[in-house]
Amino acid sequence: MPPQTCEICHAARAQILRPKNHARICGPCFISTFEREVAEAVTTNNLFQPGERVAIGASGGKDSTVLASVLKTLNDRHGWNLDLILLSVDEGIQGYRDHSLEAVKRHSVQYGLPLKIVSYADLYGWSMDQVVAQVGKKGNCTYCGVFRRQALDRGAAMLGVQHVVTGHNADDVAETVLMNLLRGDLPRLSRATSIITSTPSAAANASSGETGVSFTSVKRSKPLMYAYEKEIVLYAHHRKLDYFSTECIYSPEAFRGSARTLIKNLERIRPESILDVVQSGIDMAKLVPDANADGPVSCTGKGKKQSYAYAVEEDDGKGGCGSTNGRSSGGEMAEMERKLRQDEQAEANDTEVEITSKSKTNVHTQAEAAKLNSSNRPQPIENVVTIRPKQINGKGMKNRQATPLKQKLGQCERCGYLSSQSVCKACVLLEGLNKARPRTEVEVGGE
Amino acid sequence: MAESISLVVEFTGGLEMLFSDQRKHRIAIPAKDAKGQPSNIAFLIQYLCESLMKDPRKEMFVLDGSVRPGILVLINDADWELEGQEQYELQPNDNIVFVSTLHGG
Ligand SMILES: [Zn+2]
Ligand SMILES: [Zn+2]
Repeated sequence: MPPQTCEICHAARAQILRPKNHARICGPCFISTFEREVAEAVTTNNLFQPGERVAIGASGGKDSTVLASVLKTLNDRHGWNLDLILLSVDEGIQGYRDHSLEAVKRHSVQYGLPLKIVSYADLYGWSMDQVVAQVGKKGNCTYCGVFRRQALDRGAAMLGVQHVVTGHNADDVAETVLMNLLRGDLPRLSRATSIITSTPSAAANASSGETGVSFTSVKRSKPLMYAYEKEIVLYAHHRKLDYFSTECIYSPEAFRGSARTLIKNLERIRPESILDVVQSGIDMAKLVPDANADGPVSCTGKGKKQSYAYAVEEDDGKGGCGSTNGRSSGGEMAEMERKLRQDEQAEANDTEVEITSKSKTNVHTQAEAAKLNSSNRPQPIENVVTIRPKQINGKGMKNRQATPLKQKLGQCERCGYLSSQSVCKACVLLEGLNKARPRTEVEVGGE
Repeated sequence: MAESISLVVEFTGGLEMLFSDQRKHRIAIPAKDAKGQPSNIAFLIQYLCESLMKDPRKEMFVLDGSVRPGILVLINDADWELEGQEQYELQPNDNIVFVSTLHGG
């Protein structure tokens, strides 16, 4: 086959076959085209305010590495005047995250961007290694996903940043659209397919008056959501970006995400399919009865810039283990809540003495939660007892099952995180963990 | 001994773990396949699977006789689709890169 020439510069040898339009272009033309398209996604969607402080959720993996590199390049090139910061979550997985964090530290130096690392151990009192020791390898990704979402918001709050960008790409979004279709969960499409999501800051401000940090009003956006994973990898390749690509040690089946496999098989036959699925998801989301939280929003208001899809406690997996399988499909969390509820009920049938005797364990939870909530005042132990099965049971589950997105936004009564339920997912999971934690270990962990 | 072609084969994006944790491999493969045809990418993939890959999880590299979807193949730094994919006939000192897009976020 004779060498082909770039369709753009008509000079160099074509090196890239673009999945979206079959264009055959050379490396340098690809780099500039890729960057220009990300810039277009940013400007046409008004993702950033001039001078805005923006945290880049950075895992050291390919997507967030490319995101950081491109945003840094575009910010300098176009004078966007953004204050960019790398924000990483340390899940506490030895032999995995410690290595990927090294990559992020290198990027911090290479791109000249400050780096903030928040750890599960500090935020929740549990590293993922400890969680896995407790719950086993199966299902631990659910913990990781729920914890990560909050960790990014809390990290953003610590930095005084109200906007976190993540490296979700077109393949990720297409995968989520398919998952939602396969589960019959159309109301979630809006969040999955919106380039920018936000928790309503008014609600957050009103209800967080008591504590200093209002970490709930954090905007999330996905500047790469129209970029093919293939092109992200090729961008990293041709720019010689170094990124970390080892699979999380706790997701041994990571290679077998069925929606991802379907996407990749489709791509091989008809690469346009990926962006077509994304666009279909966007279009379908418009047809679904309003999924936003506070009252009805008219159809006319839906398409406007200000009508962000709300993202409440969405565990979006990105920036973490990166395993397709590891990304919680939502069903796992419901399963977890069901299980915890059963545990609670079983326990409620027990004596009150049993509950009291566990209060020491719970104090630990409470202390951790309180720490997140910024104030240093001692936490009343009575609060521990206020979380009773009924609340988790009665309020949460039924609503969740029937109308998962007609959520009434409030704050988690334990940690203050924005939640549609009285106790947020992270606190539900933590309660389960802390209950099961052996007494001696609690004392060690509580120091 | 039959004629052989020397190549540089690279595995990145997480694939290196399937190939002794080594990114770059200098190899020599037979210039002709069993049928006497010039060795192409299809033959190389089969060869890599049988001779270079020590990891038993072959399905992480090859599925249904071809490279697993989600793994990019670069022939001298160009998409293999531009070079004839599996039918591309290998030339001495070709650089063949396999990049997984399936790893990491
Ligand atoms: Zn060109
Ligand atoms: Zn909470």
